[in-house]
Amino acid sequence: MDIVVLVKQVPNTAEVKIDQKTGTLMREGVESILNPDDAHALEAAIQLRERLGGKVTAISMGPPQAMDVLREALGMGADAGVLLTDRAFAGADTLATSYTLGKCIQKLGHFDMVIAGHQAIDGDTAQIGPQVAEYLDVPQVIRATKLDVKGDMLLAERTAEDGTEVVRCRLPVLVTVTKEANRPRYPYIPALMAAFDPNAPIRVWSPKDIGAEENLIGLKGSPTQVQKTFSPKIEKNVEKLSGQPAEMVKALMGRLKERRLL
Amino acid sequence: MAVWIEKEECGGCESCLEACPLGAIKMIDGMAVIDEKCNSCGACVESCEQGAIKTDAAAGKADISAFKDVWVVAELRHGNVRPCTFELLGCGRGLANALGQRLCAVVAGRNVKAHATPMAEHGADLVYLLEDAGLAEGLALPHTRAISDAVREKKPAVVLLGATPFGRELAPRVSRRLGVGLTADCTELGIDGQSRDLLQTRPAWGGNLMATIFSPRTRPQMSTVRPGVMKAPGREPGRKAETVQLKVNLRPEDTRLEILELKKELHKRVDLSDAKIIVSGGNGVGSKDGFRLIEALAELLGAEVGGTRIAVEEGWITQDRQVGQTGQSVCPDLYIACGISGAIQHRSGMAGAKTIVAINTDPNAPIFTIADIAIVGDLYRVVPELIAALKERRVEQ
Repeated sequence: MDIVVLVKQVPNTAEVKIDQKTGTLMREGVESILNPDDAHALEAAIQLRERLGGKVTAISMGPPQAMDVLREALGMGADAGVLLTDRAFAGADTLATSYTLGKCIQKLGHFDMVIAGHQAIDGDTAQIGPQVAEYLDVPQVIRATKLDVKGDMLLAERTAEDGTEVVRCRLPVLVTVTKEANRPRYPYIPALMAAFDPNAPIRVWSPKDIGAEENLIGLKGSPTQVQKTFSPKIEKNVEKLSGQPAEMVKALMGRLKERRLL
Repeated sequence: MAVWIEKEECGGCESCLEACPLGAIKMIDGMAVIDEKCNSCGACVESCEQGAIKTDAAAGKADISAFKDVWVVAELRHGNVRPCTFELLGCGRGLANALGQRLCAVVAGRNVKAHATPMAEHGADLVYLLEDAGLAEGLALPHTRAISDAVREKKPAVVLLGATPFGRELAPRVSRRLGVGLTADCTELGIDGQSRDLLQTRPAWGGNLMATIFSPRTRPQMSTVRPGVMKAPGREPGRKAETVQLKVNLRPEDTRLEILELKKELHKRVDLSDAKIIVSGGNGVGSKDGFRLIEALAELLGAEVGGTRIAVEEGWITQDRQVGQTGQSVCPDLYIACGISGAIQHRSGMAGAKTIVAINTDPNAPIFTIADIAIVGDLYRVVPELIAALKERRVEQ
């Protein structure tokens, strides 16, 4: 089983604050982490390799410091990593990113499965998985919670709105996993340390290395553009109730009746 | 570098500082300078009245004038049209009117003719039917083929899908096949008065920021739209629309994935998005037993029970009841938040509720910034009082 895992370094959005004066994000001091769903993707890939043999390669596009998430991947047990980093990759929307990751996977050669986290906590688009699948012309199993490979077939369970669907498809395939899929292991410290070695099996590739066309990557290759950003509007007249619980509840009941909610 | 400022042209007005979502522009000696935090998103480019901010993003529009009409891709589940489809028709009607173009519904499936009438009666001017035995529900590959081929043939300006699990699986595949932009999980859509581009607004950065996205160079402009946010139009019985059958040419490779079975869970997954009233609990509830109180209140109100990420992680409620960024987005008529501080990740999933009642001991809890009615107090004293008052009222009636 040759498995490629897509990983992303993201700011810990739980820590991001808004500067109320300027309405901009305050990112100083906010730690960068491995996107939570991607840890589940790595765990799923490593478990499959442990059962079936083969190789797990983690790939990531990002600034040079995104190397950290590839080291974490190697610490968890991935065999190799590829960091796609170059100024020309910057500003990519999901279409340009899926092209870039797709070219990288093709450059790596043969694969049986691509596994990605369901979504990243900074963008929340959940678009990269399906778009990479489409680029590679393979089927997709989105929101998978269980994976099993028999011969050249994948048997998987995925979350539907009214239950769990059991699906089957021939390899190669792209799978995205949610947190329900597994419990990611912690990185093994010696393996994590080894990943800091200059000879660790992590390659750094530029657009040229993957044969990417310049006008299809980064900002240039991105059809969507940001027109503006703003703080979510709060236009509420908050009515504060005070006093003893019984008084507050009496007032609340009155308000709910006025609003025809009772 | 893909975005830069021409020093000679900068007038020092500082408007780009506000436009940058990352705070990556600073004033140095009265001139704007972009620092290393820049990720080349280009949000500042439009803000500069001097035109001093440059980008090497491909300029100029391809011929996009041939693309006309607003499409709504209907979603079927167990043979029925999902409510979000009608919400999309409501939203699409406004866009079509603004553009002076037609609103078209696209229904793809095994058996779709019966759905043409409800589409017309909810505002569609034209209904495209894509019928094929291979277009089973939940299969992304054949639906990608059918929708993409139809878009190539008819050239719509705008294509909207529901940001449901299936919509968010299908839309990215279609956008990739067509090579066009797609904006996920939009909560607001509009048409720019000058450029006529579709303006797509969505929460970003875990709900910390709203971003308005547009795709000036490619057509169609594609969005998935968050269910429960847009208003479905009233049904106009007897309203007619032209119905057009389009050819569906599925290929053998479109059947690579098959659904073997749907395992209904013993514990039925809860769909909070349609709930009229939700009573939610957070950290302040403190225990699984504590949720009995929440449940008792919910039962009296005929409400669903919801909760925060912490309540799920602590095992007090099941994951399908989680409200927020990593759970469900809800917009009930009434949302009662008990012992919820209101982290942005939670607020982003429930701020659309029509009336929000918050009960929390901390007067500075962020939940009180979006509540309509704020009760600073201990939920263990307030909720029992509320339950008693509701019971009393019931007896009176």
